[in-house]
Amino acid sequence: MSNIPAELKYTASHEWIRTEGDLYVIGLTDFAQSSLGDIVFIELPQEGDAVTMGESFADVESVKAVSGVFSPVSGTVAAVNEALIDNPALLNEAPYDAWLIKVSGAQEVGELLDAAGYEAVCKAEEA
Amino acid sequence: MELKTPLYDVHIEEGGKIVPFAGYLLPVQYTGGVIKEHMAVRQAAGLFDVSHMGEIRFTGPTALDTLNHLLTNDFTDMPVGKVRYSVMCNEKGGVIDDLVIYKFGEEDYLAVVNAANRHKDYAHMAANLLPGTKAEDVSDSVAQLALQGPAAPAILGRLLPEESMPKKYYTAVRDVSLGGMKCMISRTGYTGEAGYEIYTAPENAVALWKLLRETGREDGLIPCGLGARDTLRLEAAMPLYGHEMNEDITPLEAGLGFGVKLNKPDFIGKAALVAAGEPTRVRVGLVVTGRGIAREHQDVFLNGERIGATTSGTHCPAVGKAVAMALVDASHSAPGTFVEVDIRGRRIGAEIVPLPFYKR
Repeated sequence: MSNIPAELKYTASHEWIRTEGDLYVIGLTDFAQSSLGDIVFIELPQEGDAVTMGESFADVESVKAVSGVFSPVSGTVAAVNEALIDNPALLNEAPYDAWLIKVSGAQEVGELLDAAGYEAVCKAEEA
Repeated sequence: MELKTPLYDVHIEEGGKIVPFAGYLLPVQYTGGVIKEHMAVRQAAGLFDVSHMGEIRFTGPTALDTLNHLLTNDFTDMPVGKVRYSVMCNEKGGVIDDLVIYKFGEEDYLAVVNAANRHKDYAHMAANLLPGTKAEDVSDSVAQLALQGPAAPAILGRLLPEESMPKKYYTAVRDVSLGGMKCMISRTGYTGEAGYEIYTAPENAVALWKLLRETGREDGLIPCGLGARDTLRLEAAMPLYGHEMNEDITPLEAGLGFGVKLNKPDFIGKAALVAAGEPTRVRVGLVVTGRGIAREHQDVFLNGERIGATTSGTHCPAVGKAVAMALVDASHSAPGTFVEVDIRGRRIGAEIVPLPFYKR
């Protein structure tokens, strides 16, 4: 069973979200990293880029597959976790520490799940 | 409805992540992940369940002539106990499958074919047998394990007397008793490392797996899934059916000329291969120089002009780079050529390099 911290919010497309003041911090869940397997490459946006709710802002690649990462909010990229570019395996090792981007000026926010709601999504996909 | 190999329950016990592949439920990886499994095979040993592979037996006084008619390689001078790689072509010279032939007697051969092609292959073989040859699909009565990696000879050496072990690459020993189980063992594999493929009856598969697993534990042997099988073969530049070859790609284009004997009197597809002459597209290796990972079916460009497409690609753990194989115009295939690969709308740089990417 994958790790789903109670204090975070989630999307049905396997991103986690934490707020820091008015910033939205976005990462990939444990379920997502486990499904992808060993992550070897990540393509991230740059600071100042716009992200749009429901659209992919990053590509994460494992040896097996490529996956988009979808933004739960519309806004502007305020910070990018550059450490992931040199060491994408951090996404496997500590998915809830390895945030991808922080978004400021959020205009639209999509539907976010709590831990119980997200756990139900994972269970349905495992079945 | 996917089939289970005799080792299905073992894969679950071992923590395998099961996926459907070629009609079978097989582990794509175990708990450690693809990179760890890949590196175990490069540095120690890995154990694979390859029971999904197809096996077709050829017997009878004309078995040799049938194989020489069906397949591109020449089996005329092949000694008993040898294994030989070949391609099976259609009349157009396209590849129906690639396979290996084991010779056990003057009238006794075994073809090992890709699982996904088993039924297609058997139908083609059965339709083209010469009188005096019998072909029998024995796949369901054969389980196969692959023990691969530099520690493989030492692991097997603790279980077998030296005379029961195949010593040279592409040789086989039959009727070996391994832990009391009757096996056929060949020095073959699909990883680019030293290793063995071990064939036995399905009812022995679980006990054989456990014996090899325990014997190899001190050497660092771990179970390996389909994910590592693919990255290992790609790093060693071994072609995979449906990627580097298919019914519209000839073995000469795929760089498999070593297994095509155009000086043989005749075989299915020879006329088309001879008529086509020197291939105008060839298989090359690419090392990605830009940021990204090339995957299969991505277009390759030289100075803005499309020169071909990738056939397989991933990030290869032992060479530590993103690599790919591609079919490109022969006139632009020289190592050292800098090209671009279109990765979902973004073009990244790559260099054509000699194959293989990895050699032990």
